[in-house]
Amino acid sequence: MDTLEVKEAAEPQTEKSRSLTGSQALLEGLLIEGVTTIFGYPGGAIMPIYDALYDYHDKLEHILVRHEQGGIHAAQGYARSSGKVGVVFATSGPGATNLITGVADAMIDSTPLVCITGQVFAHLLGTDAFQETDVVNITAPVTKWNYQITDATEIPGVLAKAFHIARTGRPGPVLIDITKNAQLQKFDFTGYTPCEHIRSYRPAPKVRKSYVEQAAKLINEAKKPFVIFGQGVILGAAEKEFKAFIEKAGLPSAWTILGESAVETTHPLNVGMLGMHGNYAPNVMTNDCDVLIAVGMRFDDRVTGRLDKYAKQAKIIHLDIDPAEIGKNVPVTVPVWGDCKETLPMLTALVEQKEHKEWLEKFRELEREEIKEVIEPELNPTGEVLSMGEVIKILNELTGGEAIIVTDVGQHQMVACRYADFKKTRSNITSGGLGTMGFGLPAAIGAKYGAPDRTVVAICGDGGLQMTIQEFGTIMQFGAAVKTLILNNHFLGMVRQWQQLFNDKRYSFVNITSPDFIKVAEGYGIPGKSIDQRADLRSALKEMLDHDGAYVLEVMVGKENNVFPMVPQGCSVSEIRLK
Amino acid sequence: MKNQASVLYAPAADSSSAPHQKKEFTISVFTENQIGLLSRIAIMFSRRKINVESLNVSPTEIEGISRFTIVIAEVEEVVSKLNRQIEKQVEVLKSYYNVNEDIVWQELAMYKVPTSVISEKAKVERLLREYGAQAVAIRSDYTVFETVGHREETDGLLNALAPYGLIEFVRSARVAIIKDSEGFHAKLKEFEQHEPSQEVIENEFLDKRDEVFTM
Repeated sequence: MDTLEVKEAAEPQTEKSRSLTGSQALLEGLLIEGVTTIFGYPGGAIMPIYDALYDYHDKLEHILVRHEQGGIHAAQGYARSSGKVGVVFATSGPGATNLITGVADAMIDSTPLVCITGQVFAHLLGTDAFQETDVVNITAPVTKWNYQITDATEIPGVLAKAFHIARTGRPGPVLIDITKNAQLQKFDFTGYTPCEHIRSYRPAPKVRKSYVEQAAKLINEAKKPFVIFGQGVILGAAEKEFKAFIEKAGLPSAWTILGESAVETTHPLNVGMLGMHGNYAPNVMTNDCDVLIAVGMRFDDRVTGRLDKYAKQAKIIHLDIDPAEIGKNVPVTVPVWGDCKETLPMLTALVEQKEHKEWLEKFRELEREEIKEVIEPELNPTGEVLSMGEVIKILNELTGGEAIIVTDVGQHQMVACRYADFKKTRSNITSGGLGTMGFGLPAAIGAKYGAPDRTVVAICGDGGLQMTIQEFGTIMQFGAAVKTLILNNHFLGMVRQWQQLFNDKRYSFVNITSPDFIKVAEGYGIPGKSIDQRADLRSALKEMLDHDGAYVLEVMVGKENNVFPMVPQGCSVSEIRLK
Repeated sequence: MKNQASVLYAPAADSSSAPHQKKEFTISVFTENQIGLLSRIAIMFSRRKINVESLNVSPTEIEGISRFTIVIAEVEEVVSKLNRQIEKQVEVLKSYYNVNEDIVWQELAMYKVPTSVISEKAKVERLLREYGAQAVAIRSDYTVFETVGHREETDGLLNALAPYGLIEFVRSARVAIIKDSEGFHAKLKEFEQHEPSQEVIENEFLDKRDEVFTM
């Protein structure tokens, strides 16, 4: 799906030829692609590009991160909050290898990125030159496309192709490796034309009407239809189309964590979160429904649990833009391939107006059970120690569900996804497929640049924050008003939970000590506070949100609290445990 | 190569009745001629721990288009899913997978034997005739023969020559023609159009839910 950003710049530039260096041509191209913000870190092999950037600083904002991993996570956060392509610069060798975690994360979570890495001079390739790494091959399995440029004349064409590939179809990360000689080389720049077609690349398969009709027939005949949706709805900018579809056919709908904010939390047909730590009703009902309609999701194993016991009773309709996803994990009765922005309205036109009141009530019954057993004790604990859930609950009350919530990975991530309220799309930014600890803080910085008018809260654990805590330095220097909320349980909590439940409480290296986070933040010039009393919770959260600028709030929560419900690994979704 | 190679080259008809049993598939991939694509395609097999039995890459009848011919032994469901992932690569135009019945294929083998053995031993001459070998280079000290055929045929001559002082042997990868293919020109025209192509995979899953394999 094309995002809006290029529309203004889509006119091919028809300037006369002028002599530019490869580096200047690259930056000209970025401007025409509508890029305004770059995250990056300079180094030897990318110096010519940084030299050119010196003259473009009024048009291209460059955020100097503290580590390339922080740079790429920031670009991911930027892409996820804005819907634009994230851009990151890094040098050759270690600069490029430090990007890899983020590239892999963007690949599995379908995030559009263009990564530019410097490379040693072309004549040094393969000589084990200083800071030489075979970046194109290292990144091949984790990029949608990559390319090494050794001649400046290739730059405009390759850059245009990179943006086209990154943002169309199922989006993903693209990497361009540019040798230093190509960055320096002068050539006759004849303009930059955005790419619209590559003959070997088909971003979206042609929609087949007959399958849409068969899908509609199945939905119309269903007594117990159930929709599960993922990030495809957001990536396709099809939130309205999706809601029109479920509202007309009266379809209870559950989300994957990447799809979460596509439908507001309070929507009457929103029945909650799928998967290992998802809600009780949607997991149980997956194995009770008669027609399962999957929209823009990929049946990840954390969502399906044991596959041979997954929705076996149901006929399955799968809407996806990526034909390789259809039937990959779960066999499908009717595949509706194509952009859901296009297929959903076709389906809506054919489905009958229904309510499925009794069926929806079944979800609500199970929900009441979960509220009693899990949600109520989590949100309103009676014990002395604070729970993660009650922190999120008060945060919801104070933000009104308007904030962008960026999480790191672990227990706090599951709790945040379970309990955070969302009113707007593109508001839940989390590392879903790769589960990258250290994602939260830098992604939140990027998310703030992607949506400067919105409140951005980074919810981090004490473990994950320490993986990329150096990005406080980026906040210090460039002032991104990110609210970092640390839920500190003194443990690598999710692994500890598993060790408690499955390894007989043998707590093997999950007991992590932390620095005084508030002092660390203070060292970076960021104000903060640490609390451990319920009585202080609301005022502390309010102070964090009201503060004009970045702020760090650490909340000490129960050390050995667990996240429930839980589908234990190797179990079916309907074997979900409430405790 | 794995030691079960002898099983892999059993006549395909033996295993075609068992969908969950590994059998030999030939994957033909039409691609742009692009540096790095070979590596991108190769790692898709190694990532899934699939041994590539044979791999050939060469230009096609269409300028700028390359053709990969890859032979693997796998169950069909795995091959079918892998084939879709291959097609997803930006520079891949189209990928097909076929069982041996669907294709005509050949491998080329070359044998270097001492010229003295051929001139002296009538049995060797008979063998060479039997296997249809042709001399491609004749020197006073050695002669190079070639045969073209299926693996069993080239293996046959290899084994037969072994006792007679075979100096060197080499075999090419498989090349294969798909029997019912109409060539690639028409497809390429489709790809060059800006509209989304009709060329999408057929829906092999429709109403066949119970028969479909899941990993």
